[in-house]
Amino acid sequence: MIPATFDYVRATSVDDAIRLLGEHGDDAKLLAGGHSLIPMMKLRLAAPAVLIDIGGIPQLDAIDASGGRITIGALAKHAALAASDALKKSAPALWDAANDLGDPQVRNRGTIGGASAHGDPSADYPAVLQALDATFTLTGKNGTRDLKASDFFQGMFETALGAKEVLTKIAFDAAPKSAYVKFHHPASHYAVVGVAAVLTMSGGTIESARIAVTGIGDSAFRASGVESALKGVKPGDADALKAACAGVARSVTARADTFASAAYRTAMADVFAARAVAKAASR
Amino acid sequence: MAFTTMVGARIRRREDPRLITGRATYVDDVRQVNTCYAAFVRSPHGHAKITSIDVAAAKADPHVAGVWTGDDIHHAHNLKSSLPVAHKMGALGLKTPPHYILALDEVRFVGEAVAVVIADSPYTARDAAEKIVVEYEQLGVVVDPLKAEAGPPFVHEELGTNVAFSMPFKAGDPDAAFAAADVTIKQRIVNQRVAPVPIEPRSMVANWDTGGQQLTIYSATQIPHLLRTQLAVVLQLPENKIRVIAPEVGGGFGAKLNVYAEEALISWVAMQLGRPVKYIETRSECFQAMIHGRDQIDDIEVAATKDGTITALRLKITANLGAYHQLLTPVIPTLTLLMAHGCYRFENIEAEVVGVFTNTMSTDAYRGAGRPEATFFIERAIDMVALKLGLDPVAVRRKNFIANASFPHTTATGLTYDSGDYETTMDKALKAVDYDGLRKQQADLRKQGRFLGIGVSTYVEVCGMGPSAAMPAAGWDSATIRVEPTGSITVLTGVSPHGQGEETTFAQIVADELGVPIDNVTVVHGDTDRVQYGVGTFGSRGTAVGGSALKLAIETIQAKAVKIAAHQWEANPDDVEYKDGKIGVKGDPSKSMTTPEAGFLAFMGDNLPPGLEPGLDATRRFEPPNFVFPFGTHVCVVEVDAQTGEIKIVKYLAVDDCGRLLNPMIVEGQVHGGIAQGLSQALFEEVIYDDNGQLLTGTLMDYAIPHAEQVPHYELDHTVTGTTVNPLGIKGIGEAGTIGSTPAVANAVIDALAPFGVVHIDMPLRPEKLWLAMQPKNGSTK
Amino acid sequence: MQIDLTVNGKRTSLDVEPRLLLAHALRDSLNLTGTHIGCDTSSCGACTVLLDGVSVKSCTVFAVQASGHEVTTIEGIGTADSLHPMQEAFWTAHGLQCGYCTTGMIVSAVDLLQRNADPSDDEIRAGLEGNLCRCTGYENIVKAVRAAGKAMRDHTERHSVNDLMPMHPPAEEPPPSGEGIIPPFLQEAHT
Repeated sequence: MIPATFDYVRATSVDDAIRLLGEHGDDAKLLAGGHSLIPMMKLRLAAPAVLIDIGGIPQLDAIDASGGRITIGALAKHAALAASDALKKSAPALWDAANDLGDPQVRNRGTIGGASAHGDPSADYPAVLQALDATFTLTGKNGTRDLKASDFFQGMFETALGAKEVLTKIAFDAAPKSAYVKFHHPASHYAVVGVAAVLTMSGGTIESARIAVTGIGDSAFRASGVESALKGVKPGDADALKAACAGVARSVTARADTFASAAYRTAMADVFAARAVAKAASR
Repeated sequence: MAFTTMVGARIRRREDPRLITGRATYVDDVRQVNTCYAAFVRSPHGHAKITSIDVAAAKADPHVAGVWTGDDIHHAHNLKSSLPVAHKMGALGLKTPPHYILALDEVRFVGEAVAVVIADSPYTARDAAEKIVVEYEQLGVVVDPLKAEAGPPFVHEELGTNVAFSMPFKAGDPDAAFAAADVTIKQRIVNQRVAPVPIEPRSMVANWDTGGQQLTIYSATQIPHLLRTQLAVVLQLPENKIRVIAPEVGGGFGAKLNVYAEEALISWVAMQLGRPVKYIETRSECFQAMIHGRDQIDDIEVAATKDGTITALRLKITANLGAYHQLLTPVIPTLTLLMAHGCYRFENIEAEVVGVFTNTMSTDAYRGAGRPEATFFIERAIDMVALKLGLDPVAVRRKNFIANASFPHTTATGLTYDSGDYETTMDKALKAVDYDGLRKQQADLRKQGRFLGIGVSTYVEVCGMGPSAAMPAAGWDSATIRVEPTGSITVLTGVSPHGQGEETTFAQIVADELGVPIDNVTVVHGDTDRVQYGVGTFGSRGTAVGGSALKLAIETIQAKAVKIAAHQWEANPDDVEYKDGKIGVKGDPSKSMTTPEAGFLAFMGDNLPPGLEPGLDATRRFEPPNFVFPFGTHVCVVEVDAQTGEIKIVKYLAVDDCGRLLNPMIVEGQVHGGIAQGLSQALFEEVIYDDNGQLLTGTLMDYAIPHAEQVPHYELDHTVTGTTVNPLGIKGIGEAGTIGSTPAVANAVIDALAPFGVVHIDMPLRPEKLWLAMQPKNGSTK
Repeated sequence: MQIDLTVNGKRTSLDVEPRLLLAHALRDSLNLTGTHIGCDTSSCGACTVLLDGVSVKSCTVFAVQASGHEVTTIEGIGTADSLHPMQEAFWTAHGLQCGYCTTGMIVSAVDLLQRNADPSDDEIRAGLEGNLCRCTGYENIVKAVRAAGKAMRDHTERHSVNDLMPMHPPAEEPPPSGEGIIPPFLQEAHT
């Protein structure tokens, strides 16, 4: 319940945050909404010597979901995403996840950047952002670099974010036919299985699909086999849809916990993949 | 019959204004000058020898006021007392290994307290605790009660066994009944370990008045007086030098019906330091070191004739006691045996109750405490018999109910059920849910590949605990009524409510019987220096026993007030009576006196009948002549998702009978909460230790208690069957919901899976288990 | 370090360690003990307060993060003399038993109605998923929030919720007696 001691500094801008990261070295951690980091600090599973609070950096929480290319500032809160009608139209998969993540208090405080940078293997955004083929903008003292979501999420609590970098922006193309569905852990509300689907459709037939799955393995992943199998499928045809989604998590070594075994998780991925595709197609 | 306006009405609770505005005082809200704070070092191992404890760095911390280990307390200070266990099981040879207030040389479960650090803030105390280095040599661990029963490793090596007691029981001729049976069923039913999880964890702050040589401890407890008595024994203090205060208590559910090592230790430390010492456990510590509930393996065999009549039960109860006895640990499984009949009349029983030690936290009373386990296996057994015989489970219940005419009914296990009308209550429930319609709907949906399940549970439970002769410690309770000189009325109750609302229901009774506005009645509880000795709130006894003591005190007040009034009026006391809350003369409406008026005369003392003492107050105790036996029918309807095994509760209805309802709103609240807790055991909750004794469900991120979305709307109704066991005609309702709901939910889920050949699945009914059962290859019973 | 925050409308300065949780700052530094702590994993919601008007778990915010911001605790929602409709509704619907989760639950419910003035029962249940109650089974909490919502929509003034709660017609509660604390016969005796 009680974190170890640390020093606290507030960054006034991204540049300031980068400067502070340089100054304080590897013992420093960025603090945004704090809803990934503070719980770990309270259990003393994390004990950074310095916290650099980026939560007050202006304009870093902007959401622009009106056009064909959607950009979201790293400090955008889950609640802001969940309340965005523009996002609901342009990228409903992300809207689904933002609405279904944690609980209202967590959504009021946690940020998309913080949750993403945490790299939790059961988190929702890693699946959604991979299915959206999002681009992550990371800023360091030598400028910015862009990474694809599938390169950003690297493993259990591991991302490509450098120790001296700030995740500033996430961008992706509008995906009006997209959805995210999730099997909730009854205690943690995290995903036992979560599947994001982004489709392009022609008439009632799937032209292309991007499917990403979280909760199963060490990290969320794209299911390329199922993506190919979905081409030409009519989502209204339940049997065809089921067949195309079969084995969506086959390539991944599934985790087990006291709630769900590896085999069950893997089997549920098929079910939730089909549900995600059907929901995306219905939009 | 008393004049009634308040009793029976939905009076808003008088406790609530302070609670809803954040102005109530829970233990952690108690502020005392110079308070210091405790943090514990706890065992990370299930079973280990402590080889060394290095406290030097913690002691050197300038924020630290003291550090103590088991060695310091038990050797250097020679405090060797063991924590108490209350039982009357000596004749069974119950083994009671020592249970010291800090681990001495050896730890036996994850979370056992090894050292305590006292510092000037909770933050610095935690920091200092992190500096303590303990070295352990790991010993053999056993967490499975069946393995523990079979042999080593032993939790307490010196006992040479893990079996704490074994209690055989036989009534009637079960062998003959089994030999004559048309069908028998045999099933192992695991009643899993659960965690009580009151939202307020264990909390305490103790202070030692060095001048007055008095210990005061505020503790989140259900039993302030029993705690005081036990602290006197453990700490070797005169009991009249200890004051226990249970201020606002944030839920108990039986888990605060105990005497914890931490309560004794924090008291002792306060005595050493002469400063207030506060300890508020974290939720993680609460999962480790607050008692757990249930954890029984119930092996049952049932004999029946082909018309569904149950003729005999064979039963082995293997109870996982944990590493040590807490206050009532070994008693709990014996209650299961007592209620093994449920509401059915069979008379042949052969049983064995075995309690075993394992390297886990102790089990003890958790809402229902031994009775839910009995109700669960007998209600599951009825459904299994029905399934086997192709009968409707409702018909099998009806066939076996104890008939109304046979009350009071003495069971083969020796209880005398006071009253009951099981069939009327069940019929009311079945009508309300349209049982026949539901069965038709179920058949239709099955044709569409949808799996609806209908679960019925008809429970009876034993509560209003209880006759002293049948209790591990005293079973009576007490009440004092004081009519103060200016007319307000103070009630001091020996029970210790913590959410049950007796500040309201007791005031309702007094307002009616003594004819005063309810706002002039104040109910005081939970302070051993203010209230006469009382036993506390548990076992659905608060109103049944404490309220009955109050009724006796009212009668004493009324009798004295009548004498005072008669003297004023120069009337024959036999002609004076209470009517509609006022004192009057029979047949003479011109004479009227209120209780406060009589109280004022009693205070003035100058015009009283010769020989009558001044003052108008009374203390009475109620010794229950029997337990009470509330009952009811719960019906649960679920749909199971064939793709995932997820359960949706479509309908939940309960018809309960707890006798007379003093405040229906409060009764309903107790039932709602009880249902949620029982339902949650059926679906979500399980404390899991791995084979090394590591607790895998140690936080609210792993251990699910339901939030609002995970429980359904509950429909309630009731019947009213009186009882003569107590003067209020009431039966307890605190635990009934928990007892009735678990089997209703499980029966519904298992009924849904009947097309897959499922006979039984153990709780919690996680989706995965159901999904597995619905897979073609795994369609048979487990 | 020095922080400045506005709590229940009052500006206040505190000197705190950076690691001090807002929940502890409120309880221990400001003696606002209506904010309770029930877990260590940001699960139970007992510590819920409004931060700049929206619900947060004060056990998962450092006090330093709240510097420069506005906090409303249960003590700022209403008092016994002037109950918020939500408090009144929890009282009338018996939406609480032990009371420990209640203060956080009420703050969350207030936030819920800010976002959705007329929630369905399902929306109420979903909106309270960040708050755990072990006593009530949530039935009467849902009733209370529904009733408070109706009261707040229909009436601008407070104290109106009782008239609106179908499960608790006011007629069932006997009217308060006109008598004061000191009975009339005694008042007469003293004058």
